[in-house]
Amino acid sequence: MVDTRDIQLNVNGTAHSATVETRFSLADVLRENLNLTGTHLGCEHGVCGACTVLVDGEAIRSCLMLGVQADGKEIVTIEGLANGDELHPVQEAFWQSHGLQCGYCTPGFLTTLVAFLKENPDPSEKEIREAISGNICRCTGYQNIVNAALMAAKKLRDK
Amino acid sequence: MKPAPFKYHDPQSLSELLGLTATLEDAKILAGGQSLMPMMNMRFVTPDDLVDINKITELDFIELEEGHLKIGAMTRQKDIVSSEKIFSVAPIIQEALLNVGHMQTRNRGTLGGSLCHLDPAAELPAIAHLYGATMFVENKDGRREVSIDDWSLAYMIPNLAPEDILTSISIPIWGADHGYSFIEFARRHGDFAICAAGVLIKIDSSSKIVKVAITVAGADIKPTRLIELEKKLIGHEANEIVFLEAEEEAKKIVAISDAYYTAAYRKRLSGTLVKRALRIATSRAGGSHRNG
Repeated sequence: MVDTRDIQLNVNGTAHSATVETRFSLADVLRENLNLTGTHLGCEHGVCGACTVLVDGEAIRSCLMLGVQADGKEIVTIEGLANGDELHPVQEAFWQSHGLQCGYCTPGFLTTLVAFLKENPDPSEKEIREAISGNICRCTGYQNIVNAALMAAKKLRDK
Repeated sequence: MKPAPFKYHDPQSLSELLGLTATLEDAKILAGGQSLMPMMNMRFVTPDDLVDINKITELDFIELEEGHLKIGAMTRQKDIVSSEKIFSVAPIIQEALLNVGHMQTRNRGTLGGSLCHLDPAAELPAIAHLYGATMFVENKDGRREVSIDDWSLAYMIPNLAPEDILTSISIPIWGADHGYSFIEFARRHGDFAICAAGVLIKIDSSSKIVKVAITVAGADIKPTRLIELEKKLIGHEANEIVFLEAEEEAKKIVAISDAYYTAAYRKRLSGTLVKRALRIATSRAGGSHRNG
């Protein structure tokens, strides 16, 4: 028997209603029910950080939260960062610093850093490395991601 | 990778929860989900019923009372890390927690979830052992207190019947002048420790150890409080010779081997980490941790 629930959630400023299978993760609901496929699933057991989204402003792993638990919450995904054609400062910094190669892990890094830089607008390199320690990238070697994060912090401070 | 089908429940209060756990036969409790959800995604765990307790706000609190710190089981790890109240009396909890996973997992992960999951290398059970914590457990018929010494029944099995819920834990406060240190060795920061050590220490004006607690996690199937070593250290001066002797004693801990690390390696880490933690804790004794 399929166990479902009706939920209402706000994603990137848009209210959605959905009937979801209770065993579906929030990532599944975003991808399958709402067609927001920018949130990537890497390991699906909370290790890689690719699926990071913001729930009520906090970075969380959307593979370890059930969709049904997002009922009534405000979600921000990678699709919600840019303002129309204008990139979010963190996205712009990743682009300018070559902070991505294949891009699979990037949505998780961006959402993580958006939350982190809100909490800590002027971080040291060490604090940035600590903040992104829960996100795995197999291409870049992290160097340019850290550079991008430093640049993004400056952009946000100068705004 | 999806969990096997289950029936989802989201009780709104503790009494509703206890009514549910009294009747369900094969249920798992979903707290922060940072351990249970991976196990369900991989179908290591396939409960008939999943009871989500995230709406039970009465289990989310941090209270100081009569020489004790009481923390609700559903208190998030991020709230413990940022709690001024906890920093003022037991900063070692925060030092330990910064080794637990990452920002994203601490935003969801809870105190009670970690204590019930009971991974042998986990930091929060180690802290509970270090302080000799009291666990508060409730079911439909009443409540009871369980000493941390009786909490771990076997590898990753807490002393909980299917109808029981861990509601909070209480630890005794050590006073402003105590020193502390929690350190661990892991392959990568945020991974489970291969071995970890926690030390609380009180030293008098002549540098003599008057009170000390030492716990090693990750070596055996549950955290080990080194009671015999603690007894030996009392009355001795907190100096390098004593720390080196403690290192030798801490190497004698019971340890397990697994596919990656031998018992001998864990014993050696236990000695090294206890020695280092004693050094750091001693340097912080006398209230200096308040200055950073």
